[in-house]
Amino acid sequence: MIKDILIKAVDVTKNYGDFRALDKVNMDVARGEVSCIIGPSGSGKSTLLRCINLLERMDKGAIWVDDELMGYRREGNDLHEISDAEISRQRRRIGMVFQRFNLFPHKTAIENIIEGPVHVLSEPVKEARERALALLERVGLTEKANHYPSELSGGQQQRVAIARAMGMQPDVILFDEPTSALDPELVSEVLDVMKDLAASGMTMIVVTHELGFARNVANTVTFMETGKVVETGLASEVLSAPKSARTEEFIRAVHS
Amino acid sequence: MTAATDSPARADDKYEIAHLKLVPKRHIGRMVAAAIVLLLLAGLARAFSVGQIEWSYVRDFLFAPAILDGLVNTLVMTAAAMSIGIVLGVVIAIMRISGNPVLSSIAIGYVWVFRGAPALLQLMLWFNLALIFPTMGIPGLFEIRTVDIMTPFVAAMLGLGISQGAYTSEVVRSGLLSVDSGQYEAARTIGMTQMKMLRRIVLPQAMRVMVPPIGNEVIGMVKLTSLASVIQYSEILHNAQIIYFANTRVLELLLVASFWYLAVVSVLSVGQHYIERYFGRGSKSIRASM
Repeated sequence: MIKDILIKAVDVTKNYGDFRALDKVNMDVARGEVSCIIGPSGSGKSTLLRCINLLERMDKGAIWVDDELMGYRREGNDLHEISDAEISRQRRRIGMVFQRFNLFPHKTAIENIIEGPVHVLSEPVKEARERALALLERVGLTEKANHYPSELSGGQQQRVAIARAMGMQPDVILFDEPTSALDPELVSEVLDVMKDLAASGMTMIVVTHELGFARNVANTVTFMETGKVVETGLASEVLSAPKSARTEEFIRAVHS
Repeated sequence: MTAATDSPARADDKYEIAHLKLVPKRHIGRMVAAAIVLLLLAGLARAFSVGQIEWSYVRDFLFAPAILDGLVNTLVMTAAAMSIGIVLGVVIAIMRISGNPVLSSIAIGYVWVFRGAPALLQLMLWFNLALIFPTMGIPGLFEIRTVDIMTPFVAAMLGLGISQGAYTSEVVRSGLLSVDSGQYEAARTIGMTQMKMLRRIVLPQAMRVMVPPIGNEVIGMVKLTSLASVIQYSEILHNAQIIYFANTRVLELLLVASFWYLAVVSVLSVGQHYIERYFGRGSKSIRASM
């Protein structure tokens, strides 16, 4: 089977001083695939996500998104750092949903969603608003369009944040522990929106502790520990019949 | 309540006190303190009424053209100096937090120098610049006599604006630091460039923290412009002085000037309230007080 690889990470390595956060991580994510990254805290999952959209600079290795090298331009045998404007352009194609939502508090729900389309992509306000309303309907928050984030629950804020990421019509959306900061009863409303998004064919990379979501929605699961990929494969295989003893131990610990 | 007391079941009415009249506690201490202060105020009012103040002069000069011209010049100088101060403040604050070591060192040096010298001294330095630089310009291109440029207005505007910039940059910097790092990241992930992120996401949020101290500084600047009287800029205090040099009604004219300063500051305080409300949108604490 020939897969259309959208995101390709090769030997990604990242150090914070003496601490090696990522150690030669390799990863392929196909277009339309939902890929979950699991692992204990400090295993480098979030750092990998943040390297993909250049929020962190990696020390070695390279990442391609849709065959475009992120952060560098190759000229012969040299890699040149690209300009800030070029980095901004590359980031537009990669949505991100944060653990702590990071909605813009001085803007209403709909203003949060149209901010990027209008002020980065130069879309006309009227069209952007229409699309934003459709997105709000999709995440079930039509009636909250003119509410400020401080007036919304955590689950509602996260759904707006997902709509904001979708508003940019990205090739892929990165989710950095999207339900970890939520009250337990609010987790499912966010996971439902993510399921719907996955069903629509959006490419997603999800760092999560929700193994149920990984089992039901993800195509592939990657288990990371101490900055290394321990195991990666089809979701059903990695979660039900892990090859590595360490993976099995982690899954058992999360379930108990 | 007769029904309750008549009832044989209510033999014990010790707990039936909800209907009794409440007598508020008397604040004897407060009354005494208020009486003393009012008495002192009355004494002060009497002193002014029997003092040798010709109130007719106060009344006549309150709307005198020279005073009103001075008032306009005071407002113009406040606006000009504060504009320079805020623009410099934003630029210096952004230089300070930028990763560029040369720019941030220059920003630190700027704040050090211009916050370190009295504003009056800086005004006089600018005004007397011609003593060391008789002409200014780019060699070979053009040249102008410094005294022609360094009018009292320009000298006061530069002196006040540049020293204000040093203070305002610290206000702006604290505002920028108050914005959560997640906001910077969210702005970057929707593809914003550095400048757009500052303008659309970071500064509007920083404004909420910056407006109260900047409002304070504007009010301070209204009064600080009186320093410009020293270098002959005809703001309100300078014009009041010119009048009392002629008619010797010193205190009357100082009262006229105080009245206008107080009036301007009162109007600005009201304006500040509305600006704070605007930049507080989306924030819970501000809305609760609205």
